[in-house]
This record gives sequence, structure tokens and C-alpha cells, in this order.
Amino acid sequence: MSAPPSISPRNTRRSAFGKLVLNEARLAWRLPIGLIFGLGLPVLLLVIFGSLPVFQDHQKTLGGLTLFDVYIPTLIALVVAALAFFSLPTPLATYREQGILRRLSTTPVPPSWVLGGQLVIHLVIAATALIVVIVVGIAAYGLKAPASAGGFVLATLLSTTAVFAIGLLITGVARTAAGAGGISFAVFFPLMFFAGLWLPVQEFPTALRDVSYLTPLGASVEALQRAMQSGFPSASALLVLAAYTVIFGALAVRFFKWE
Amino acid sequence: MAVGNAAAHPAVTAAIEISHLRKTYGTTVAVDDVSLSIAEGEIFGILGPNGAGKTTTVECAIGLRSPDSGSVRVMGLDPTSDRKRVHLIIGVQLQASALPAKLMVDEILDLYQSFHPDPADVDELAETLGLADKRRAYYRTLSGGQQQRLSIALALIGRPKIAVLDEMTTGLDPQARRDTWDLIEHVRDGGVTIVLVTHFMEEAERLCDRVALIDQGRVVAMNSPEGLTQQAAGGKRVRFVPSAPFDDRLLTELSEVTSIEHRGSRVEVTGSGDLINVVILTLAAAGVTAHDVELTSTNLEDVFVSLTGRHIHDEQQVVRP
Repeated sequence: MSAPPSISPRNTRRSAFGKLVLNEARLAWRLPIGLIFGLGLPVLLLVIFGSLPVFQDHQKTLGGLTLFDVYIPTLIALVVAALAFFSLPTPLATYREQGILRRLSTTPVPPSWVLGGQLVIHLVIAATALIVVIVVGIAAYGLKAPASAGGFVLATLLSTTAVFAIGLLITGVARTAAGAGGISFAVFFPLMFFAGLWLPVQEFPTALRDVSYLTPLGASVEALQRAMQSGFPSASALLVLAAYTVIFGALAVRFFKWE
Repeated sequence: MAVGNAAAHPAVTAAIEISHLRKTYGTTVAVDDVSLSIAEGEIFGILGPNGAGKTTTVECAIGLRSPDSGSVRVMGLDPTSDRKRVHLIIGVQLQASALPAKLMVDEILDLYQSFHPDPADVDELAETLGLADKRRAYYRTLSGGQQQRLSIALALIGRPKIAVLDEMTTGLDPQARRDTWDLIEHVRDGGVTIVLVTHFMEEAERLCDRVALIDQGRVVAMNSPEGLTQQAAGGKRVRFVPSAPFDDRLLTELSEVTSIEHRGSRVEVTGSGDLINVVILTLAAAGVTAHDVELTSTNLEDVFVSLTGRHIHDEQQVVRP
């Protein structure tokens, strides 16, 4: 009996993670739920909204903004939410359901690497979609560059971490892929309502608007809107996003079922 | 020849050493008290009905579950605390574990190869497992047998010292099953210790050097398949119709014969060793010819029945949480 090999060299491990990300990318391309809902749909909505003349009118009810201005933060929220709720849970819950994570648990590579690979893929799609939305918005539809670029980036990052943490908790506790899909669906629509997908937040009654600011996507839209129009987002909106990130992130870590 | 800390483990000879393993899920006792020692280079079978605790035992051995009590050592390592090092020396094929439907065989092999510091050659492995012409096929297009063989390939891709195969031939047709048996013998000839979890008697009899029969979370017997069948009452059994009456003592005096019984015109002799030849030659010497000779040997199923009073194939699934 020879001694067990020492823990594999670093470069082997690095190439293993690279290959894992590559395979997850192939799957994301071959089953493009994330690409369709996280990238295609928001860009399509951007083009539609940008092309409708009514979206370019400055409106008093919106504080002098155009509908287009108001919908850009909502589209960004849509990108993040569609990825976190519709695209991220399915592969991971399926891997767990079909014993793929269990098989990985018997190799030198831990199943958490798949989660890492999935996060990489989804963050890349999210970043691509956000850049496309902003660049196309500015170049083609007269969107103004954010008043506070730093505030915009920070608000985007915190929105992503907050909503992804919720998506991961759903992924982690759902028994099946179908279950994860069901919970996500039930969570997505109310959250998107508070993000102003159907009615701009500016037109909400005051009480409803206050509730909206406490929801992750409501806070996200509020922070993004402020960063785009006037300056650095309010501390309260950023704190709400940070709180969702920490609380749901901790719950996801605590309760994530690997098998 | 010792593993790890030679001073702490001066006499490590077992590939896997399990002693007094116990594991419960809530109120269900999955493994009550299992002790077994698997030697390096052997094909060791863990045989028993569904729900006997076979899979849980193996899961504890490979670090997927931690025992409630008792100890497990894999080449001297504790799979719970030294999980990573254990996973570098074992290859595992679990039952009911699929792979992503839309990945190709080659992509999967390439990925799993990258997990190991000194992996097997993918071309050779695909060739040996009969997957060479399926390498550009999506996983979901593979037949059940091909998926199973890919699963075995992944268990072997890291050049493990120990391969643990759980129900590896379930769902395979008889030809594929025999091909897989040949493959396993070939792998063992390369020095790999093999742990087979199975409920196929024929598989255990054909492949295993030693077998542990497990029932209700306990080892009820452990021996070579031949040893088990001899150990159990009966052993071999010869039935024939004699051409003329003969004195029973003619046969009972033989050391190979344990009992003799007359059933109508038929005579049934039980015993062991080279029973059939000894009986026929002895009768022939006395001028008696044996007609319609049938030889039945006790199989592992009979052994299991004689030890537990139950059949291995009483399908009573225990649902694990």
C-alpha cells in the first residue's frame, strides 16, 4: 500500500474549477433560460419602451421624469430577479434531485464548486445584460448617464447580492426543481410589482410606496433611481439591500441542502 | 506498507476497516452493528435485501455520512475528518445518481478527469467501457447501460486504490452485465480493491473473493462464496434414480456425504467437495448405475434464507430521508 497522494497541486484544482465553469456555461447556452429571461427579455423590453413615443414624455406624476427614465431601474431589477428566481434555482435543484451533487461529494471536488460555477455564470449574464441596457439606453434612446456612477454600481451590486441570496435560499431549501420553480414564481411577481413593473412606484399610494421601499426590489429601484437621476442613493435603501443580503445569505448558507 | 502516520498505524493491512458501525435516521435503524474488514486487492461483496443497510454502510465508509457510533478507516484514514484525502484514493459509483442531460460524454469525462491529480487516460477508459463511439453524444441520449458504464468510468477515472460500486449492474442487460464483470476483474488485476454492493447472487458468486451478508443492519455471515455455501446446511445436492437398490451405508461412509434421502424412486444425497463424481464412481463400483443425475448446489440465496429465514429479494424498500 503506498501513501495516499497529497492534496492535488493548485494548478490541477484551478483547472478543475475552470472546467466546471466551462461546462456550466455550455449548459447555460444549451438550455438558455437565463439568457432568455435575464438578457433577452429585458433588452427586448428596453427596445419596446424606447421606441414608444409615450415613454419619452416628461410627466408631472413622475416628478418630471419620462416613463422611460422610470422603467430603466425596473428593467435592471427584472434582470437580477429573472436570473435569481428563474434561472439560478433550476440547475442547482436539478443537480441535487438527480444525485449530481451527491456524486460530486465523493470526488476531491466539493459540490459547493458547482454553486460557485453557477454564480459565476449568472453574474456574467447579469453584468452583460446591465451593460447592454445602460449602453443601448444611452446610445439609442437618449438615456442620461447615471448622476452618481459609483452610487449606481453600488446599488446594482447590492441589489444583485440581495436578490441572489433570496434565490439561493429558495434553491437550497426546495425539495425538488419543480418546487424551487413554484416558490420562485410565487415570490417573483409580488417582488416585481413592488419594483414597479406594472405601475411605476412613483404612482403608488404613499403607504404602498413605504412598503415597497422595504422590499428588496423596491429598495433596489429606489436606490437605482436616485443614483441615475440625482446623486448617491439614500442610506436607508442601501441598508435594506445589505440587510437582505446578510440575512438571506446567512439563511441560505445555514439551510442549503446538498442532497 | 503503512499509510499515513506509520507510527500511529503500525499494522494497517485493510483497505477498509469498519467496526461496530451504527447509523440511525430518526427512529429508523439503518445500520445496527456492522463490522467488516476489506483486504487490499480483493473484490468484496456486500450482499443483502433492500433496506438491509448496505448503502448506508458504504456511505459511511466513503464519508458521505458520519456514523452515530463505531469507527470507519479507509487505508487508515477517517473518512469523516479526512474526507478530502479519502476521496483522492477512492472512486465511487452511487446508485441513482445521474449527470447533466445536455452534457456530452467527453465533456463529462474531461471534467471529472480534472478533479484528480493523476487521472486515467480518457481514451483508454472510454475504450475499455465501450463508450468510444458515444463520446460526442449527450448524456440524455445514452441507453441505461451506457449511462451506467459512464458512471463506472467516473468511479475509475481518478485511478483509485479502492473502487466502491453500488448496484453497478442494476438495469443492465445480461450481456452488458457479464461485460461489466469482466471489466471489474480486469480492474482488480490492476491492483484496485473493489467493494461491490449488490443484491444479485450470481454477481457476488461470480466476482467476489469474500462476501458479507447483511440483514437488518447486521452482518449475518462473512466468508468466500464457497465458504458460505459450505457453512450453510446442505452444501451440494445430487439427485438420481439408481438402476438397482443399494445399501445406504455405501454412500454415508464417504467423507463427502452428509446425508441421504429416498424420495420415491429418486435418491437425494447432500454433501460437499467433489460429491457428484464420488457418488457415481462408488455406485458404479457396486454395480449400480445412476440415471437422470441432477446436481444442485446451494447458492447464496439459500445461505441467506437458512441464516435469516427470509429471502434477499423480498422487495421492501426502506425510504431514507
